[in-house]
Amino acid sequence: MRIAWYGFRRHSAYRAAALAGAFTNTVFGILRAYVLIALWEARPGLAGYDVADAVTFCFLSQAFIGPMQLFGGGVQLAERVRTGDVAVDLLRPASLQTWNLADDLGRAGYLFLLRSVPPTLVGAALFGIVTPAEPATWAFFAASFVLGVVVSFGWRYLVALSSFWIVDDRGTQSLSMVMSMFFSGMVLPLNLFPGWLGTAAQSLPWAAMVQVPADVYLGKKDVLEALGFQALWAAALLALGALATRAARRKVVVQGG
Amino acid sequence: MIEVDRVGRSFTVGRGRARRTVHAVRELSFTVGAGEFVGYLGPNGAGKSTTIKMLTGILAPTSGRLEVAGLDPTHRRTALARRIGVVFGQRTTLWWDLPLRDSFELVRHLYKVDRDDFRSRLAELAELLDLGGFLHTPVRQLSLGQRMRGDITAALLHDPSVLILDEPTIGLDVVSKAAMREFLRRLNAERGTTVLLTTHDLGDIEKLCRRIMLIDRGRLGFDGTLDDLRATAPGGDSLEDVVARLYTGEREPAPGG
Repeated sequence: MRIAWYGFRRHSAYRAAALAGAFTNTVFGILRAYVLIALWEARPGLAGYDVADAVTFCFLSQAFIGPMQLFGGGVQLAERVRTGDVAVDLLRPASLQTWNLADDLGRAGYLFLLRSVPPTLVGAALFGIVTPAEPATWAFFAASFVLGVVVSFGWRYLVALSSFWIVDDRGTQSLSMVMSMFFSGMVLPLNLFPGWLGTAAQSLPWAAMVQVPADVYLGKKDVLEALGFQALWAAALLALGALATRAARRKVVVQGG
Repeated sequence: MIEVDRVGRSFTVGRGRARRTVHAVRELSFTVGAGEFVGYLGPNGAGKSTTIKMLTGILAPTSGRLEVAGLDPTHRRTALARRIGVVFGQRTTLWWDLPLRDSFELVRHLYKVDRDDFRSRLAELAELLDLGGFLHTPVRQLSLGQRMRGDITAALLHDPSVLILDEPTIGLDVVSKAAMREFLRRLNAERGTTVLLTTHDLGDIEKLCRRIMLIDRGRLGFDGTLDDLRATAPGGDSLEDVVARLYTGEREPAPGG
């Protein structure tokens, strides 16, 4: 859609920030890779990964940070609610959520090029990573990646909407960041989590942002189950977002004169 | 064009014991016919912005019934958006990071304006509002006067039958103000566009509005022509004094009383 393309262009105004992000993601990718290599050399075959899988997982998760916006934010909506600029967004002949989703997809597309591709290439050059042989796996991974962005958006949109009710969203933002980091598989692959914690983590929406697309790439998961899981969370979060948007127009103050 | 029937809007503010209900607008009723040019006045906090937010469908009223351009704003927000144009003087609907021309192009897609109509209308507006010099400048580099002209253009590209303006001349210099007023006067006279204008600038009112409505503490305090308004005060008072007296609720004692 046209708005996504403009989202892409809007973000391309901030190339320096994206490049700085890419650099950081790469450096941290290298650090994490060494930690994971040490772990997997001590415990080979842990969680069904070998060393190469673990390193690949590490660089994939670094690549997801930008597009999936794992550190939170990305949706300007929270800021616009706080300043009252959301009034202008509500004047448009478009749903607030669809509008923001399109913009976010454009953002993710731009950040994919600048913040996902370079760290992954550096990781491949330095450590060597697993590359799927089947073209079908690449196609499934692409679908899983896009679904991951949509789930991530669905979640961040809800967090941003919370500022309609609680005025200052810094609390929810930092809570969201911790949850996203931990339960997405960003800190450690979720299949390392023991027992019920592992089961819970694998069924929460954050798993759809890192663990699931990475496993689709590595061929560790049944593809249909994985995509279905992501699609289900995407639908659930977007539906919740639509309800919350409706409620916001009835219940709350749109700030500013 | 605009029908407001016993509309009320209250907000609950504060928490716990400090919780109370604020009635921003109560039992407000008025109608605006096609082709009218109405000034909507009131002191700060009187309920002007709340009224405008309800008329545009941004906020749902807590009681009463509204109709704008034949639609119920609360339930038909996006359909209504295609029929009305709105400018908030203190906010912008333009895309900050994109050239002005690209914002218009996006508006065209959002409002599904036919390409030829768009081209001729933009050419006409660019001529009338003298946009030629900065059509390709990113919005963030525009001066306030230029941005405001851009915002008015964006609000008119889909040829709305109703134009709602919230302080469109705020912060503009004398020359820009005069140009803006002349433009609005012609728009109303030549195209028959219905205009509802809120402002604190009485010059706007004197030059443009054939009818004035004054809202105070959420209720309509005055509705009539400029001459009617002047007649509420004994001869000689400036328009400023007349309005100030109405704002502070001071009325002349009834003759003979």
